[in-house]
Amino acid sequence: MSTLSAGSLLAQLLTGLADASSLFVVAAGLTLIFGVTRIVNFAHGSLYMLGAYIAYSATHAFRGGVGFWGAVVVAALATGLFGAAIERLLLKRLYGAPELLQLMATFGVVLIVRDATLSLWGAEDLLGPRAPGLKGAIEVMGRAIPAYDFFLLALGPVVLLALWLVLARTRFGMLVRAATENRVVAGALGVDERALFTAVFALGATLAGLAGALQLPREPANLGMDLGIIAEAFVVTVVGGLGSIPGAFIAALVIGLTKALCVALGTVAIGSFEIAFPKLTLVAEFVVMAIVLSVRPQGFLGAPPAMAPTTAVPDQRRLIVPPGQRALLGAAIALLLAALLPLISDEYTLVLATDVLVFALFASSLQFLMGTGGMASFGHAAYFGLGAYAAAIAVKAGWPMLGALAASPVIALVGALVFGWFCVRLSGVYLAMLTLAFAQIVWSIVFQWNDVTGGSNGLVGVWPAAALAAKPAYYWFALGCAGLALVALGWLGQSAFGYSLRGTRDSPLRAEAIGIDVRATQWRAFAFAGAFAGFAGGLYAFSKGSIAPETLALPRSVDALVMVLLGGLNALAGPLLGAAAFTWLQDTLARATEYWRAGVGVVILVLAIAFPMGIGGAVHRLLATWRR
Amino acid sequence: MKSLVTQSVVAGCALLLGLLVAQGSDAQTIKLGELNSYKQFPAFLEPYRKGMDLAIDEINAAGGVLGRPLEIVSRDDNGNAGDAVRVAEELITREKSVLLMGTFASNVGLAVADLAKQRKVLFLAAEPLTDKIVWENGNRYTFRLRASTYMQTAMLVPEAVRLKKKRWAIVYPNYEYGQAATATFKQQLSASQSGGIEFIEQAVTLGKIEAGPVVQALVDAKPDAIFSSLFGPDLARFVREGQLRGLFKDRPVLNLLGGEPEYLDPLKDEAPEGWYVTGYPWYAIDTPAHKRFRDAYQAKYKDYPRLGSVVGYSTVRAAAAALQKAGSTDTERLVGAMSGLTFESPFGRIMFRAIDHQSTMGAYVGRTAVRDGKGVMVDWHYNDGKDFLPTDDLVRRLRPMR
Repeated sequence: MSTLSAGSLLAQLLTGLADASSLFVVAAGLTLIFGVTRIVNFAHGSLYMLGAYIAYSATHAFRGGVGFWGAVVVAALATGLFGAAIERLLLKRLYGAPELLQLMATFGVVLIVRDATLSLWGAEDLLGPRAPGLKGAIEVMGRAIPAYDFFLLALGPVVLLALWLVLARTRFGMLVRAATENRVVAGALGVDERALFTAVFALGATLAGLAGALQLPREPANLGMDLGIIAEAFVVTVVGGLGSIPGAFIAALVIGLTKALCVALGTVAIGSFEIAFPKLTLVAEFVVMAIVLSVRPQGFLGAPPAMAPTTAVPDQRRLIVPPGQRALLGAAIALLLAALLPLISDEYTLVLATDVLVFALFASSLQFLMGTGGMASFGHAAYFGLGAYAAAIAVKAGWPMLGALAASPVIALVGALVFGWFCVRLSGVYLAMLTLAFAQIVWSIVFQWNDVTGGSNGLVGVWPAAALAAKPAYYWFALGCAGLALVALGWLGQSAFGYSLRGTRDSPLRAEAIGIDVRATQWRAFAFAGAFAGFAGGLYAFSKGSIAPETLALPRSVDALVMVLLGGLNALAGPLLGAAAFTWLQDTLARATEYWRAGVGVVILVLAIAFPMGIGGAVHRLLATWRR
Repeated sequence: MKSLVTQSVVAGCALLLGLLVAQGSDAQTIKLGELNSYKQFPAFLEPYRKGMDLAIDEINAAGGVLGRPLEIVSRDDNGNAGDAVRVAEELITREKSVLLMGTFASNVGLAVADLAKQRKVLFLAAEPLTDKIVWENGNRYTFRLRASTYMQTAMLVPEAVRLKKKRWAIVYPNYEYGQAATATFKQQLSASQSGGIEFIEQAVTLGKIEAGPVVQALVDAKPDAIFSSLFGPDLARFVREGQLRGLFKDRPVLNLLGGEPEYLDPLKDEAPEGWYVTGYPWYAIDTPAHKRFRDAYQAKYKDYPRLGSVVGYSTVRAAAAALQKAGSTDTERLVGAMSGLTFESPFGRIMFRAIDHQSTMGAYVGRTAVRDGKGVMVDWHYNDGKDFLPTDDLVRRLRPMR
């Protein structure tokens, strides 16, 4: 299979282009929404999935009438309406809130849509009809290519052209371009932002729904579609350059063709090495993204970032005040109470409490990076996971527990130093996406390296030393470790280094001018955050006795983000509160209802709207009013 | 006055505590702690839950076990090992379950198995197919119900040998199950067929098969036959794309799990014809044991059983049989009872082997066909699991000795 004939290469090319085309339609919607509203719409994959399900039902409703094609139109429009409703009822309330809170809210939507789809359409995969008129295959150089692939192949350019016409030739398009370029000025000139945002969100959602509906002849509607597409769509959007539709088109082509080529190459022997290229499809898009962003930090056609301006210090950033005597006293009392917990609680409460401690440390390390450092990470689980795997592999190699635990921050630190070096050259969402790319690459290595990491099974038998095996003992141990680490992180934030870091966040230009090496400072912050996350990962591994690749997968990164945002991005005790709230919520809801995931989603939405500064921020505010 | 208040509060607390303790120790029901990835694999696990509930109803209607009714305490493990260990701890410590059962994915099953060993609790793995759970990572406290990847692959190998093909394309989901199926298939086919066999492999990302490119690559590789371990949406995409591109024309295809209603039924009239599969032809199995199960299931749910239903039902039946045999809920006695335990399942009598704690539950092997617009299995036969396991010597070598 290592030799590719011209015929098979052409067939693969056509197939890859068809895949790229439908990927583009999804990503175009995402990039449009981001360009105007600056919302990283996590729920875009859910809209895509909804499109497929609605098209399935609509096809059955119109049997004989307009059939599949009518169903596609209905599905796209219905999804568009749904998108408009999300924007009107939910996101509209969050535009004043800290960035990324919208991301958390859209994540809540993901959870709700998934469970709603399950309850409406059931668990079984729903295979849709083949497209009427395009059911067969067309022969090209002796190879049968599905006729529908040619349709998809044409669709991408048509959508691109249509979007270009709308953006370039209509008033609506002009407003969209104006808002993409400079939202504030557009607003000042009298553009009705609210109506524009709703319209853009609806258009983006329509495109997602359209792509989902058109996927139906190739893939059954199933509950894995949402998360299956979202990461890929993000990658296309970022590689193409945020907000750039032609960029997304090029990026989709590159990624679609890369994947097709990986599959086509098959297993190739180079010398005594065998490379199974198809296995690379697991991570191909992320490798592409890492390379592109390392070379071109703004993606193919993104606008080069202007030198970041001085950010006006928003209200919530004032919330960080060095802990006063009263706060320290409070912390000491809390610690004492926490230490007494095993005397009054049952074993399971200790299990939960240990989880809270571990996640609090993990979330704190992310908060340090995001809140103090101003660098959002979508891939923080990589360091958590590196730490966990370092500990587990060391234990398997016969290290004593404490030695293995000590290895976890070290290995995570090394990982963070390597990845951080690349990441700090970027900023904003690009930086966040590069962290995601590295996390996915680490994940895919861990997932496939059977001999060392146990592959998809992970590693088992990572239990603490006998003296710490009992639940209270391990809880106390974790309390001590996490407590010390949290104090160290807090101290770091208040140290001279912490203030320099805040300087780089609030005004890189001024920071540079007063002699702070911005990149080096950020790089160091990245390394610290990674090391603390790795330490949390080590504690986690010993508390569970086993680890699997999901320890460093995307959902774990998202969990950490949600904890930080729930707790409050700039509240010192935020991550602790966020971790406690999240763990408790998950545990309680999972017991109370079958649809616990939707329950978590609803709570996230309510909290996002009610406490845009997070629980920690709300507590601070309450205390402040109370003192007055 | 003050001391009176204190005294009454203390007395009240003591009373309350006493009540709680009394309630705890006097519990009538025997709790079976169950955990599974209900949200990750609903297509399999919703029928599974129904199967469990049916078994519980039947057992309790017949007076329960050891004179006490059975109760299932079920938790969602969120499809990941860390959460699974957490809910398992809850089931052990807070719910006081007498045993753990369930799990779906291999990594989750292995994590819970290791916890069972650490905490000395019996764990009955219902669905995980990984060979490691009874062999490399096997332990005293873990038993597994379903026919493993090894066993089901071994059941298809005789069909492959009969085909006498030299050039095999293998397509599999790139994780434990697919890798193990591929390794077992290659090893067993090479062992039972003389002459050089060539294998061409395509590993696909679980749930994200690049169907077009994969099928095209296989077409261009011109294999004589295909062995696939795809399932779910990946299988549906593979089938559609393969039919369009003529991959299956004049080429025999073997597909592990392909006849399970969970994965065959969604294909409806586009189900492939003539594939060799393992699965569950619920409509055609007319043994008394199965008929009784099917009738009861259909009467209760107005729906037909899937393979998940059988697994859920049999898991509870196995647990009940073990409790009965042990005459106690004590873990060590349960482990003793479970080794070599026989019980009646819808597939007939099944035994948990003492040597490796694997059950002898088998699977149906047959060929796919389309009847009345639905995919079905025809020419099927039941393969008893005990005939498709390696020799005892090999098992002893694979399983860690203590």
